[in-house]
Amino acid sequence: MTKVPRPVVTELSAPYWSGLAEGELRFQRCGRCENAWLPAREQCPRCLSGQWRWTPSAGYGRIISWVVYRQSMHPAFADQVPYNVAIVELDEGPRLITNIDADERELAIERRVRLSVSSGRGGTLARFAPAG
Amino acid sequence: MRGKVVIAGVGHTRYGKLPGRTVTGLNVEASAAAIADAGIDKDVLDAVFVKYPTSEYRSMYGQTVAEALGLHPRIGGVWDQGGATNISMISFAAMAIVHGQCDVALVTTADNPKTGTRQAYERSWGDDACYGWFGTPAGYAMIARRHMEEFGTTHEQLGAVAMAARRHGAANPDAQLRLPLSADAYAASRPVVDPFRRDDCCLISDGGAAVVVMSAERARELRVPYAVPILGFGQGQTSWAVEQRPVLTETAAKVSGATAFAMAGMTPGDIDVAQLYDCFTITPLMTLEDYGFCRKGEGGKFVEGGRIELGGELPVNTSGGLLSETGMPGMQLVIEGVRQIRGTSANQVDGASTCVVSNQGGIMHTHSTLILGES
Repeated sequence: MTKVPRPVVTELSAPYWSGLAEGELRFQRCGRCENAWLPAREQCPRCLSGQWRWTPSAGYGRIISWVVYRQSMHPAFADQVPYNVAIVELDEGPRLITNIDADERELAIERRVRLSVSSGRGGTLARFAPAG
Repeated sequence: MRGKVVIAGVGHTRYGKLPGRTVTGLNVEASAAAIADAGIDKDVLDAVFVKYPTSEYRSMYGQTVAEALGLHPRIGGVWDQGGATNISMISFAAMAIVHGQCDVALVTTADNPKTGTRQAYERSWGDDACYGWFGTPAGYAMIARRHMEEFGTTHEQLGAVAMAARRHGAANPDAQLRLPLSADAYAASRPVVDPFRRDDCCLISDGGAAVVVMSAERARELRVPYAVPILGFGQGQTSWAVEQRPVLTETAAKVSGATAFAMAGMTPGDIDVAQLYDCFTITPLMTLEDYGFCRKGEGGKFVEGGRIELGGELPVNTSGGLLSETGMPGMQLVIEGVRQIRGTSANQVDGASTCVVSNQGGIMHTHSTLILGES
C-alpha cells in the first residue's frame, strides 16, 4: 500500500494546521510592516522582522493558474487522475498551492474562489470552490 | 571582458541510454574529448568546475572528478543552479581567468537519469504533496497555463517549438531522438499534465559534455585550432516556490539576458542563431520574450510559420535541443553554439557569426545566458 503524503507539522507550522482542523485558514502577518504570507516562516520575507502573528483569512481569493494531472506523478494519486492543482492568491495577499472542487471546465485564471476546508486521506486541507 | 575569454574545446559522450556507465566515467570521457578538441595537454588545466549530477547528489563531487582526471586544480568545485549551472560555471571560470585565479579551466557535466536514479526529477514539493503537487512538468504547466490564458498562446504554437527541435534533431547524427514531428502527431501526443502533452516535454538522457575555457591570449600561445570568443554572459534567479512569484509569466531570463547583451554591447537584432533551453516547449517561447526578441506575450506568434527553423529568420536549437538531441541539462546547447560559430553544425546556419545560448534551472528558478561570436 502506497503511503499517502501527509503534512509534516512543526512547532512553527502547528498553528496553521490546528487552524485548518477548526475550519480556519490562517496566515502570518508582520507586526512591523504588515506584510502577509504563507507558508510558515520564522521571519517576514519583506522586512525580516521576527515579530508576526497568525491571522485568520476571510477565505476568498482568485486563481492565479491551474493544471490537470492526466498522468500520476506519485503512486498515491494514481486513482485520483484526472485531478487539478491550482495556485490561489488570497484577498489578503498570501498564495498557496491547492485543489479546486470544481469541474475543470469551470477553471480559469482570475476566477474568484472561496475556501472549502475538507478532510480526507491526506488530512484536513485548505481547498477552494468557485465563488458566486 | 568582451572577447577576452574563449571556449577553446568542446566534447561530449554518446547521448541516450548508457547502461553500466558511471557519472564520473562520463565526465572523464567528455572532458578528454574537450581537451583533445582544444589540442592541449591535460596538465595545463588548473581549474575544474563540475555540475552536480541530478541522478545522484554527492558531497564535494568536484574532487571525485578531479581525482579521476588526475588533476589538482587551483579553483573549482560543484555548482548547483540546476539546469542553469553549466553556463554559470563557464562565466565563473571566465571571471576567475581574467582575475588571475586560474589559467585554463575545464567545465564538465554528466548525468545518468535514464539508467540510474531520477532523484531530482521525482521530488515532491514539501507539504504541498498533500494536494498532489508533484514533479517538474506540472510546475512548467502551471506557468504555461497562465501564459496561454493571459496572452492567448496556443497548443499549436507550443507545437511549433517541438516541431522545430525535432526537425533539427532528425538531421543531427548525434541526437538521441531522430524522429521528425508532424502537427498531427503532436496533437495526438499523450496528455501528461494539462496543458502539456508528451511531446512538450524533453527527453531523459544519460551522457556527459564538457568545455575548456581560457583567455584568448592563452589560446593563441597554445595554438588552439578553433577558439570561439565569449562576448557576454549573465545570470538571474528567483524564488524556490513557483506560487510565490508575483508575475508567473516573466522569468529570470529577463535580467540574465539584459546583463549578457549589455556586456556584449549587442541587442537581440544582432543575433544570427539561438540555442534556448527547452526542457518544455513553453520555455524557449518565454525566453524569446524575456530576451527581447519580441514583446511579452508575443512569443507564441514569434515561433509560428517556421521562423525558428533552419532557413527561418532566427533558427533556434539547431542540434535539436533538450527535446530531440539529449535531455541533459544545458551543456549540449553551449557546444552547438560553438559549432555554429565554427561552421561545423549538422544544421549550419549560413554565415552565423553570433549565437545566444540560454540555460535554465528548476522550474524557471535560475537562468544563465552566454553570447558567443567572432570578436
